[in-house]
Parts: sequence; C-alpha cells; structure tokens
Amino acid sequence: MTESGPGGPIVRARGLRKVYGKGEGLARAVDDVDLEVAPGEALAIMGPSGCGKSTLLHLLGGLDRASAGELWLAGRRVDRLSERGLAQFRRHDVGFVFQAFHLMDELTAQENVELPALLAGRSPRHARRRARQLLDQVGLSERAVHLPSALSGGQRQRVAIARALANEPRIVLADEPTGNLDSAATLELLRLFDGLHAAGLTLVVVTHDERIAATADRTISMRDGAFVDETRLVGGTSGNLGDLAGMGG
Amino acid sequence: MGTVLLVVRLAVRDVRRHAAQATLLVVAIAAATATLTMGLALTGETSRSPYLTTRAATKGPDVVAYFTSAAQANKLAHARGVANHSGPFPVVSATIHFDGRQADVFAEGRAAAPAAVDRPLLTAGSWVRPGGVVVERTFADALGLSAGDRVSLNGKSFAVAGIAVTAAQAPYPNLCNGTLLATTATASKFSNACPSFFKIPFLSLPGGRKLASSDEVGQIWMTTADAVGLTSRANPLTTYAVNLKLTKPDDAPAFAYDRFLPVASQPAGPAISNWEGLESQDARLVQDGQGVLAPAALILSLLAIASVAVLVGRRLAQYARRVGLLKAIGGTPSVVAATFLAENLVLALFAAVVGLVAGWLAAPLITNPGAALIGSAGAPPISPGSAAEVIGLAIVVALAATLVPAIRASRGSTVAALNDVARPPKRRGALILISSKLPTPALFGLRLVARRPRRSLLSAANVAVTTTGIVAVLAFHAYADNTLSGAIALTGGGLSNPVVNRDEQMLTIITIMLVALAALNTLFTTWATVLDARHAAALMRALGARSRQVSSGLIVAQVLGALPGVIIGIPLGIGLFKAAVHGGTLPPVSWLAAAALGTLLAMAALTIVPARLGARQPIAEVLSTEAA
Repeated sequence: MTESGPGGPIVRARGLRKVYGKGEGLARAVDDVDLEVAPGEALAIMGPSGCGKSTLLHLLGGLDRASAGELWLAGRRVDRLSERGLAQFRRHDVGFVFQAFHLMDELTAQENVELPALLAGRSPRHARRRARQLLDQVGLSERAVHLPSALSGGQRQRVAIARALANEPRIVLADEPTGNLDSAATLELLRLFDGLHAAGLTLVVVTHDERIAATADRTISMRDGAFVDETRLVGGTSGNLGDLAGMGG
Repeated sequence: MGTVLLVVRLAVRDVRRHAAQATLLVVAIAAATATLTMGLALTGETSRSPYLTTRAATKGPDVVAYFTSAAQANKLAHARGVANHSGPFPVVSATIHFDGRQADVFAEGRAAAPAAVDRPLLTAGSWVRPGGVVVERTFADALGLSAGDRVSLNGKSFAVAGIAVTAAQAPYPNLCNGTLLATTATASKFSNACPSFFKIPFLSLPGGRKLASSDEVGQIWMTTADAVGLTSRANPLTTYAVNLKLTKPDDAPAFAYDRFLPVASQPAGPAISNWEGLESQDARLVQDGQGVLAPAALILSLLAIASVAVLVGRRLAQYARRVGLLKAIGGTPSVVAATFLAENLVLALFAAVVGLVAGWLAAPLITNPGAALIGSAGAPPISPGSAAEVIGLAIVVALAATLVPAIRASRGSTVAALNDVARPPKRRGALILISSKLPTPALFGLRLVARRPRRSLLSAANVAVTTTGIVAVLAFHAYADNTLSGAIALTGGGLSNPVVNRDEQMLTIITIMLVALAALNTLFTTWATVLDARHAAALMRALGARSRQVSSGLIVAQVLGALPGVIIGIPLGIGLFKAAVHGGTLPPVSWLAAAALGTLLAMAALTIVPARLGARQPIAEVLSTEAA
C-alpha cells in the first residue's frame, strides 16, 4: 500500500497510538499522534521525561509496534510489517543513534560500523570500505581499530552515527544523542548532524535540550503522549551552528 | 557471506571476551562426550589383540576339555580334526592360604617340560618343580602373591616358583565362566548360581561345597605328583584336562558342540571350552567397564545440559542489550537466534572434539586387558559412527540448552532489550502470603524461588542429576561390597576382585567429574540468582535487613530449589542402578539419607561465598544502577 508519491512526506503517521496496561492501569505513551516529515527535514521532538517522545521515535523506527494508527515511510506502510519485514525496514531505511551509544564492546570502531552492512548481506569487502569511508567522514579514521572502551563519549557517539549511516538510510532517528556528552562533544555532534542535514538527510531528533532543538527546521513539543506545540524555525540550521546552539565561541 | 562473517565475528569475539564461561561450557560438554567416547571405544575389537597375543605366545589351545577319566580325554585328543594336543593333565581342587587370605583353586598337574599346546608364559620366576607351584597372574595379584612366597594348599606348604599367564583359561575371578558346555548334573554339582548347561566346569570344590556365584576360583599349576598329592579320600582325583589344537581353529565352537551333544545327558559328561569363549571371558573386564560408562555418559550429558542451560540463561541476561542492538540495526529474529546458537554450537563442536580426543586417549587405560593377558589393547579405533554419535550428543546438549532461550531472545521486545530490562519476575501470590509469616531469610529465599521458577527448575534438575549419579554410585558400591562379602563368606578370603576394582575406579573418576560439574553448576546458578536479586537484596537492606539475613535468604533459595532435585534424584538413581545391574542389592537407607543430606549441605556450603558477596554490594550503587 502506498500513501504518498514522489515529493510527499518521507514519514507519515496517522492516529498513532501506543498504550501499556489495561483498565485502570492503562497508560497512553503515545496518544493519537499525526505526523509528517518532509524529505531532508530536521525535526526535533521535545518534552519532559515520560512524555512519550522516545516511544514515538521507537514507533517511527519500527523498534516497537503501535497499538493503533498507521505509519508510512517513503510511501510504504510499515505498521503492518511482519517481524522479519520490520527488521529489514530498520536495516535499509532507518538509522538509529542512541543516547547510550549501544556499541558492541568486543568489536572495534570499524567493526561496529560494518555491522549493518554485513547484516544486509553486503560483502565483507564492501562493508569494510563503507565503514572506513564513514569513519573518515566523522573524523575517526585514525581510531578505527580501537575498541569502544578506548574512545571518548563523543567519539563513541560519532561511531554510532557512522554506523547509523552504513546502509544509507532514508531517515536517521536520534534519541537524546547528546544526553551523555559534554559541551565540546555536543558541539562536534551538532556540526556532524548539520553536515548530514545539509547533504539532504532526513533527521528526527528526540531531545531535552533546547539548544539542540534550535538547530532543527521544526520543533514539536510533546506532553502526555500528544503533540502540544509545533515551531518552524526560519533559516533552519544553516549559518553558525554553534551560535544557534548557544555554544559558539 | 556478510551475515556469516558477522555471526562468526560476534561468536569469536564473545568467546574471547568471556573465556571463563566458554571454558566451563566446553568442560561440561567435553566431560559427557569423553565418557561416551570411552564407552563406545570399549566395543568390538578393542580387547581382541591382547588375547590373541597371549594365545600366540602360549601356544594357546583351540579347545579345552575336562573329563572324568584320562581314557576319555585321550580319545578326544585323537579325534578327527585335532592337529595337536597336550594332556590329559590331572586337575585337583584345593584351598589355598596365603597371608591370612584363602581361596579355592584348581591345581593342574604338569610336567617340567613345556607342553605342545598351552604353555603358560612365565611373567616372573620359573616353571613348576617339586614343591614349587606357578600361579596365574590375576589370581596372584588378587592374593598379593609374588614369586618366592610360600603358600599352603590343602594344608601342605609350597613355594611360589613363578607367575604366569595362559590363554587356556578365563582369568580370575571368572575362571568358571570359560567353560561353555557342561551337563546339568555337572553344573548343579558345582554351583547353585548357574544350574544350567553352560559356563560351569564339573570340578567339585573342596568339601563338596558349591559356589554361590560362578566366580572366584583361581588357577595354579604344579607338578603332576604334587597335584595328585593334594587328593584325598574326601577329595579324590576326578578330572583330567586336555588341550587341543584343531586343524581348523575357526571350527572350534562346532567341534566342541559336536563332541558335547552325544554325552550331554550323562551325569559325568565332559565340560568343553573353545578359544572364542575364553576370549570373550577375557574381555569381560572391559565389557563391565562399558556397563559402567554407558549410564555415566547419560548422567554427565544431562548434567551438561543443565550446565549449559544455566550458562546460556545467564549470558542471555548479560547480552540483552546486544540482542536489542542487533535487532535495532536490522537483525532479523533468525539472525539474532543464529548468532547465539552459532556460538554455542561451535563451542559444543569444539567440546566434542576435545571429548573425542580425551576419550580416545583415556580409553586404553580401561581397555587394558589386565594381568590375565600380555600386550596392550592400544588406542581403540573410533569409527565414523562413534564419532558422529559423540558429535551428535554435543550438538543435542547445546541445542537442548540454547534453542529456547535463543528463540525467546530473538522474539522479545527490542526496546526492552536495548534498555536491558530484565524479564519481570513471576508473581506467586500464595507463596508471597506464606513467606510473609516466615523469618526474614526464609521470606527472602522463598520469594526468590517464586520469582524465577525456570531457574529454580534448572537448579532442581542439576541437583536431581547429581543425586541420581551419587545414588547410583553408592548403590554400586553397596552391590560390590555385598558381592565381595559373599565371596569372602565362601572363600573366607578377602581377595580383591579385579573386575569390581576397575568398575569402582571408573566410578570414582566419574563421581569426581559429576561432583565437580555439579559444584560449578551450583556456583553459577547461585551467582545468577545473586545478580538477579541484587535490586531486591539492596532494597531489603535499605529497609533494614542485615547482610547476613540477605545472604541466608540466598542460601535458603538455593537449598529450596535443590530439595525437589534431591527427592527426585534418589529413586532415579536407584532406577538407573537397577537398569544397569540386574538383580543388584540396594544400599542401606542410611546411605541414601546421608547422600540426600550431604548433597543439600554441599549446596548450602557452595552458596555461602557468592551469597555473601552478593549481599554486600553497595546499596546506593545498586539501587541507582537499577533505576537508570
């Protein structure tokens, strides 16, 4: 089933809902959300802890299944996919960046970046080449053979970003990507995101940090599982990113 | 190709990173496969070579026959198909005394010159001389005899001139079983235990006694004059032995049967053995070992499954995030399951190879033919079928323990796995109600058991298998003691039985393996419980419980989990023993009670250290970690 043609939104959600429990214990983590994200757009989702923003991100990325509603990505309905279909969707169409990095401790930086390509059935040579290219892109080619334990928090997150880009996804979903980073590492990361955005990548970032949100094209605020506000920023992230984020020198 | 590389890479790195756990897994499976390999190695041809070596070295006969008259023996010696013979030699029953021990013997009178057929090969000392006897080597070992010792035979003193081996008789303690054909009258005259046509020679024991079993008669050689000198009016000379070489040795069974059948109904008919029958009796030492190893392999396999299940369960808990990550970046359930299975299957295959090699190297120790024969069996061949069976066992062990957790992990929530959310424990309202009336350690222990029923089940299975093994071993020891004491009652002797000795040696080794694996299992299960209960333990302490109460609770949890295993293990062990040893007597109830109590106490003792370590973790750190 397709919902939008070329030029339409890359993400489209209708009446998306995620509930836990039942009866009196019912909790609405995501409550009847409608959302569209345009190709190449950088969207920030904000809100207090427990408002449902991470759950929404999980639904958008196919990490979790919605209780109700419809979800399309690039015109393809994904909420009805089988477990295997969802895995393939995550493999090819989505790149995740997590607050806790979630790198495999026993693999080097390069091997971590190779993972998605290998999972996608690419040849080891292709996976290796792509990983080197991405590590170079995020400025870590010299740290390629280091284990995550030998990398700083910022470097780990850059490895995670490189990994998210390994299969050239249609959209990158980031869940509090700077939550475990200091200011300098946060700035590095924002510059990286800015570059990706400038290159036309679609970004959805869940964050607490208003300075991060300020770099997006659009900001949505959530409360109690629902959207309560939406702000479209004029000028987006072009210009002096550090100044926009309040961290410029 | 890429997926294969990924699976292999993750497996290899994980093994490197958790070498201790991987080693334990390999050890558990290798113990089971090595035991199975040894059991399989004890079949067929392994014991054949030493008998044939001995047979060649001693000019062993194709047929040995016993008659009540020398004339009958001579007649057979010149029958058609006989190429050569020695004898007839007089055979006299006697009682031997040495160093406070006594036993029944058959003394065969021989000339000083070597016989044409059956020349016992001296392994020490010299051949018979007036006043000097030669003792068969297994019997000499059982009595503790050496060349130069003095023994008493029917009250007369003799020197032990030499020690020898022969291929014409089955070795002590199975001498009687070497004779395959004997009349009912002959057999019943000799033994209460085997009143059949088979396996009993017709010699009487001194004083007209009968054997309670078909064992425990030794073989000696002495000069003909000395042998005849042992006879008396009460113990007359009634038996002559003749050793035959046939023109066609392979026809020995048919030759023996054809000569036996026409006289089978006569009250004093002959008793006839053939070399194949003797060979099979020589192999009995090894075959008995097989009877021990087969159930041991089963027990160790079950224990290996329990070990691997505990390890895999614990590792899955550790790798929840890894599973979540694999799924988040697009790993399908089958890839996630394959990653986990591959690692354990590779380890299982490695363990199978280790077990095959270890079993193959260790097999000669138990295929050693014993003192009755010369030469060694060497390393027994491992057939492709046996290798496949051993590898199959390893794979079954790994799959049995891994498949369900792997599938469960691959199908679980990705988000929960990424957040490393432990599976919510089960709530058992009734147990919680009951436990609220108990002292703090019992309350905590009972609730820990209730929250993880699968782990408690595994713990119970582990203990059940261990108890099964221990009870089976105890039952065998009791059986061996009864058998030996029965022999002692008859012979008054106190001789050691090489078959039982070897079985007990193997059982001791298997028991050590069993207990060591069970101990490791217990430690791992306890540590898994400690880690799982760290939040609850920290909370208990935050609410005022002392560390000792918490550690006692952890011990209670382990002992409670073990209790059903002990209860089930006792009848299972008895059943296993009954299946392996037909008609064996059971150990005293006090032994079984001691085994049950000992197992529980050992469990509690093994739990103390991990429980105390677990109960002393910093409260704030644990609670804040769990909350994150």
